[in-house]
Amino acid sequence: MRFMLIVKANKDSEAGKLPSAELLKEMGRFNEELIKAGVMLAGEGLHPSSKGARVFFSGKKRTVVDGPFAETKELIAGFWLIQAKSLDEAIEWVKRVPNPTGEEGQIEIRQVQSEEDFGPELIAAAPEVFEAERKFRERDEAAAKERQRSATKKR
Amino acid sequence: MTDAHRAIDAVWRLESAKLIAALARITRDVGLAEDLAQDALVAALEQWPESGIPDKPGAWLMATAKRRAIDHFRRNRLIERKHEQIAHDLDERQDATPDLDSSIDDHVGDDLLRLIFTACHPRLSMEARVALTLRLLGGLTTDEIARAFLSTEATVAQRIVRAKRTLAEDRVPFEVPRGDEFRARLEAVLQVIYLVFNEGYSATSGEDWIRPSLCEEAMRLGRILAGLIPDEAEVHGLVALMELQASRLRARVSSSGAPVLLLDQDRSRWDQLLIRRGLDALARAESLDERRGLYTLQASIAACHARARTAGDTDWRAIAAVYDRLAELTPSPVVELNRGVAHAMAFGPSAGLEIVDALRNEASLEGYHLLPSVRGDLLAKVGRREEACAELERAVSMTRNARERELLLERLEVLSRGPRVGDGNGH
Repeated sequence: MRFMLIVKANKDSEAGKLPSAELLKEMGRFNEELIKAGVMLAGEGLHPSSKGARVFFSGKKRTVVDGPFAETKELIAGFWLIQAKSLDEAIEWVKRVPNPTGEEGQIEIRQVQSEEDFGPELIAAAPEVFEAERKFRERDEAAAKERQRSATKKR
Repeated sequence: MTDAHRAIDAVWRLESAKLIAALARITRDVGLAEDLAQDALVAALEQWPESGIPDKPGAWLMATAKRRAIDHFRRNRLIERKHEQIAHDLDERQDATPDLDSSIDDHVGDDLLRLIFTACHPRLSMEARVALTLRLLGGLTTDEIARAFLSTEATVAQRIVRAKRTLAEDRVPFEVPRGDEFRARLEAVLQVIYLVFNEGYSATSGEDWIRPSLCEEAMRLGRILAGLIPDEAEVHGLVALMELQASRLRARVSSSGAPVLLLDQDRSRWDQLLIRRGLDALARAESLDERRGLYTLQASIAACHARARTAGDTDWRAIAAVYDRLAELTPSPVVELNRGVAHAMAFGPSAGLEIVDALRNEASLEGYHLLPSVRGDLLAKVGRREEACAELERAVSMTRNARERELLLERLEVLSRGPRVGDGNGH
């Protein structure tokens, strides 16, 4: 299973303030722990939302709104993608994320969807997702029928 | 299971290998180390639901296990000296560093490496190595190991007990071998990890075609090992091979649950993150040693597939060339069989058939369903339909995997129905 550990933004991250040397060092150590444990798949820090943009969808209309965005605590400042056996294991990792300045913060843990999570009903309901595979099957069936037909003719 | 118990389970999974490794260094007995670690876990299960999980659960477990170790040796007066050694060791550590966590961490890499090499010791049977590795390094329960390997819990438990006894009785030292022995023993370690991966990747029997968690565990072990001995090319080669193969896991089964062969897979479903990680690991392996080892060569074959955007883009000549090198390095009938397939794809079915035909009387491939399966396909492609059908029938009778059998039967039906052959539909 994969989990995304989403680090929520705060005033400092949104202000583009560089993290302290201490935090950098401890984060480096934590990342090292993730790598040594063989669970780290990816991880990045993000620039403040002032350097980002949002695209709003409404029917065929697209509206672009440049950052920064107001609701700081709901914004994302970075993420890790880790491999874990359970949500509990992911929680245990997140508890160990360093916070040397003692500031308030929040990390959200979300399980990454995999195709096993889509039951057969959902696959049937959204056939376009599996278009390529369906086409492939049809081609196969057509080829089989073709063979059958020519076999009958021959007889 | 309560929340507290699930949380303790998670802590255990994160801490158990380090804990057992550190205890094994102190006690020089892997079996005893595991028992002590288990004792500490039991204590945690008793106390933590009441007291809450401590701030440094790893240090708590370690301190508890060490107290148990001292108790244990006090009870066994016979090994008085060892007890003093441990008591001394414990005192020294506590005096020197109030933060027990970091004192464990100083040794943790070396200890883990010793634990891996001990669990994969050649004195143990392959099955015992696998069970012990998953148990000691992966923190898997006996029940989980039994389910993964379609065995009973009692069998696996007994296997582990016997393995630990063998290690103790043979006085297998808790160490990483040096010099020439290191190479051979490292190979044994890689073999165990890859076996775990393959068990997850393609079940040898039963309905359960894919067991991704076993693959994930093997990849985790491989990455841990790569971190511990970063200069060993073949470790990165193995990691690359596993990440690249795993990148195709979700494309290997269709929505109806039927297996989909490599060349028929929808490549948009391949996992790009794992492909990137695999290619990175391969590059590292190739930069470390010009002489490509077994795993690095296999990884470079997997990379040829990963780089091809469509099945038609596959560089089969490159793959055939790698198989030629692989066959030189480690001549084996299975490699030869795969070399045959690669040559068939690169230079036509006759070229492949020439290699595969030479394997027909190979005793070690007797009962190996892929030989008649491949040969059947190649025969069909060169228009020898009756012989092809006979080979596919043989393959059906040999496979133990229910879904693989279905796939073979389908191919057989198509082949026996149609007069036209060599349409290139089967691979």
